[in-house]
Amino acid sequence: MKVVELEDTIAAISTGGTGGIGIVRISGENSISIVDKLFQSKNHISLLEKKSHTLSYGHIIDSETGNVIDEVLVTVMKAPNTYTKENIVEINCHGGMIVLQKILELVLNNGARLAEPGEFTKRSFLNGRIDLSQAEAVIDLIQSKTDISRQSAVNQLGGRLHQKVTKMRSKLLDMIASIEAVIDYPEHDIEQDTYTEMEQKATEMISEMEQLLKNADKGKIIREGIQTVIIGKPNVGKSSLLNWFLEEERAIVTDVAGTTRDTVEEYVNIEGIAMKIVDTAGIRQTGDIVEKIGVEKSKSYAEKADLILLLLDSSHNLENEDKEILSFIKNKKTIILLNKSDLEQKITPESLKQYIQNTAILSVSVKQNKGLEQLTKELKKLFFDGEVITADDGILGNVRHTNALYRAKEAMQRALTTITTHMPEDFISMDLQQANAALGEITGDTVDEEIIDRIFTKFCLGK
Amino acid sequence: MSYIIDEFDVVVVGGGHAGCEAALAAARMGMKTVLFAISLDSIAMMPCNPSIGGSSKGHIVKEIDALGGEMGKNIDKTYIQTKMLNTAKGPAVYSLRAQADKVRYQSEMKHTLEKTPNLQIRQYEIVDLLIENGAIKGVKTNGNTIYECKAVVLCTGTYLKARCLYGDVITECGPNHLMAATKLSQCLKDLGIRLYRFKTGTPARMNKNSIDFSKMQPQYGDENIVPFSFENTPEDIKREQVLCWLTYTNEQTHNIIKQNLHRSPLYSGVIEGTGPRYCPSIEDKVVRFADKQRHQLFIEPEGENTEEMYIQGMSSSLPEDVQVAMYRTIAGLENCQITRNAYAIEYDCIDATQLKISLEFKNIKGLFSAGQLNGSSGYEEAAAQGLIAGINAVKYIKKEPSLILKRSDAYIGVLIDDLVTKGTKEPYRMMTSRAEYRLLLRQDNADQRLTPLGYELGLISQKRYDVLLKKQKEIANEIKRVSSIIVAPSKQVQQLLEKYHSTEIHTGVRLSELIKRPELDYEKLSVLDIQRPELPFEIKQQVNIQIKYEGYIKQQMKQVEQFQKMENKKLPENIDYTTIKGLRIEAQQKLNDIRPISIGHASRITGVSPADISVLLIYMEQNKRQKTESV
Repeated sequence: MKVVELEDTIAAISTGGTGGIGIVRISGENSISIVDKLFQSKNHISLLEKKSHTLSYGHIIDSETGNVIDEVLVTVMKAPNTYTKENIVEINCHGGMIVLQKILELVLNNGARLAEPGEFTKRSFLNGRIDLSQAEAVIDLIQSKTDISRQSAVNQLGGRLHQKVTKMRSKLLDMIASIEAVIDYPEHDIEQDTYTEMEQKATEMISEMEQLLKNADKGKIIREGIQTVIIGKPNVGKSSLLNWFLEEERAIVTDVAGTTRDTVEEYVNIEGIAMKIVDTAGIRQTGDIVEKIGVEKSKSYAEKADLILLLLDSSHNLENEDKEILSFIKNKKTIILLNKSDLEQKITPESLKQYIQNTAILSVSVKQNKGLEQLTKELKKLFFDGEVITADDGILGNVRHTNALYRAKEAMQRALTTITTHMPEDFISMDLQQANAALGEITGDTVDEEIIDRIFTKFCLGK
Repeated sequence: MSYIIDEFDVVVVGGGHAGCEAALAAARMGMKTVLFAISLDSIAMMPCNPSIGGSSKGHIVKEIDALGGEMGKNIDKTYIQTKMLNTAKGPAVYSLRAQADKVRYQSEMKHTLEKTPNLQIRQYEIVDLLIENGAIKGVKTNGNTIYECKAVVLCTGTYLKARCLYGDVITECGPNHLMAATKLSQCLKDLGIRLYRFKTGTPARMNKNSIDFSKMQPQYGDENIVPFSFENTPEDIKREQVLCWLTYTNEQTHNIIKQNLHRSPLYSGVIEGTGPRYCPSIEDKVVRFADKQRHQLFIEPEGENTEEMYIQGMSSSLPEDVQVAMYRTIAGLENCQITRNAYAIEYDCIDATQLKISLEFKNIKGLFSAGQLNGSSGYEEAAAQGLIAGINAVKYIKKEPSLILKRSDAYIGVLIDDLVTKGTKEPYRMMTSRAEYRLLLRQDNADQRLTPLGYELGLISQKRYDVLLKKQKEIANEIKRVSSIIVAPSKQVQQLLEKYHSTEIHTGVRLSELIKRPELDYEKLSVLDIQRPELPFEIKQQVNIQIKYEGYIKQQMKQVEQFQKMENKKLPENIDYTTIKGLRIEAQQKLNDIRPISIGHASRITGVSPADISVLLIYMEQNKRQKTESV
């Protein structure tokens, strides 16, 4: 059951707007005490003793590992003279997106909840801070952002994390259903897990969750980086471009091969911007029929993408296939790369205007590594101007999932204690249900009827 | 020609478990009340299983009693076996169940109705509802008489256009060959009320003397009995208990069923109604769980002055010859004589989302609906709704706010909220997993949760209320006392701990901390507590539970606190949600349809998203400010 909360402590990244500087903002009664748990000030003064509207310098420490995460400035603003009329803490950091993400994660694991789209503004309004005339704008903000995140959630279905979590939930539901069925039908001969079996299952699940969380730390499950697709005709230089992404400084986050045989997916991080790049290079073919399939495939990837990198061979005239691609990407955020700028130019940015507008067009030579620094700049610009939607929802989506997973693991650990101390099954079920609800936040499933459904699918019950 | 013959405050249509509670509550709250039943001999009839209570249903009966209802007292008078189930599980799911003497259950309840001041009972079928200006004004009987009234509670159970089926035999009748109510369905439809068609079933009854119990396992009742009513002590109601018996179906049984599936109206398509997953027919069990070798059957007496036995676990709609054949494959039933065939029953019920949470129809003032008519199943679920509908009919007449139990108050709250908010596509059975705050909604504390409310309503006597206050005080005192006792690591203490395989202590420890250990409890530690006062069982039990599970209880109370905040944000009744910009169309329609009473209530409607809730919050704030600005 979804319980809407009004007065808990919320947190989110509010991107500063330039470079790697960003702010994690926390609002709510417990915001100061939560940050105080993570923050070590230079002069060893607790944030709780700070006066309102003061700035402190120090470090964010991961209490589990003792590692320093970033050097930060922390602003403490006490209720009621704040934007939301609640206690607000802002952590100003400069470690780039990955660090921001890590700090947000720590804040969430220490008791804050990830803010819903537009929630700071909503609180500000509900607490009487902003003007009545702005109410409609607030509503618009909530709905538009929600639509976007719903959309992006749809795109994410079928991802690896989703599959893993779905499997885990199914196991959990089986455990819960076994307990609940026996409770509701005490006299039926239902095959029930013994405490030893439950202990084993819970232990396995915890270690699966830990594995996932470990990967999350390395960023391996950032499925939601900017979904970027490289498209273009065969031999236009797609693979070279991908290799360029991978070879440059650009912290390769993973080398997981694509889920389909004809595409390669890579996760890269360009100066703090997480990207998931799909190279359609695998769509390689000879003969007209397969050629057609290639275009169709590109099209379907392009539809799902947040950002398209279209490679055109500027040493050749536009072919029909190029034009077709240009027509179906018209409404997508795109950067066009005129590759092979070292050769004689048949296509110019001007000549493309009739096919596509409002799109950055860069002349590059991937082979000779020319003009690509411009690409990096363009990507950053798109990201921080918020033009690529995922900058907000995607990255946060990842933190949201990590945090949900973390809470699920905590609930499972409680369940394990309940099992090993031989508490009655009823209490085990309570803990398992919390774990299940947390995992449900990742897959977007609601818990409402599903336990009862599972009971009656699994067991033959009734008078 | 019809004519007006009498005038009442409250009319209750139907004399089943819902009707009885509704009528008693209304009359006890001082309203001139009449209850109509097709046959007065069917008052409080138990047309299916001969038991009251069980998992989560037992909780409901305790809650009914705590509010001042009758079901708990009536079963305490007429039980023939009683058992506390789930005692090895947590305290939240302890469940009381009693086998009833069906005939005595009925006659006791009927007698109680007859003796209640302000209450009359009349044998009639109600064929029409009289509405004026959107409000109920009276009912018409099949004797063409009109009873004028201020409020009506419909408790028609499974009687609306009922038909009973087995094999190719279809009888247009209600349960137990009672007359069906044929006119009221059309009347409801004419009033614009949406109806569903539901289905349920019951197993055969057999003569005890034809059963060989030596092939079955006896099922005993509890030695230490717990009454359903908080007004009774175990000594008050102690009596000789009867046996139930356990046996099983087998491969042969399943073969006969499989070979004859085509002769079951369930599978031939004759039955249109939606049946419950909660009590499937034996045909369903065999088909859906084909790999299960055997199914349990409990053989339960229908009463003490009858030889009829109820075959729990084997409801069916197969033809008579197949029924005889399949029952006779079962160990102990080889020579069984059926007294009543198993059958399926189909009936009309309403889409309960047309009701307010008070159980009043949204579009007809003063018309209430309760029980199986609302799509629920079970005597207990029906009785609970009847009680609330009866109370709220009175509240309506007195122009007072309705009694609304929240999900965090009672199983009854969960039941009604589920029915009117989400509706149901199959007969709805209460289950403990539906209650999200079940650790707080225990059967043992129903009185503490609800009796103060019953007292306010006038359904609980001053005397009973004083007893509760005294009990609560004693519990609090004892918890305080136990929490202040420090146990030293003496030899005696270590020996006791060892006896219960509990790790020894090295420093002084609070007695309450030791109680919290899973292997220990309040009782086991009594030898270490020399000052312990003599206390009745129910107090000791409360002390133990409240100390032992303190951490879990606190955790749920915190969740409830959050929940309450949203429930307390009330939504005005007359909002036109289609005018609220920012709500998605689906949400607008659902909200207009369900008309939630609070933000929390709205958030439970399928199709209303958290973003829609945010929009609602902003809309309300906007309204509030506009109002204060214009003042």
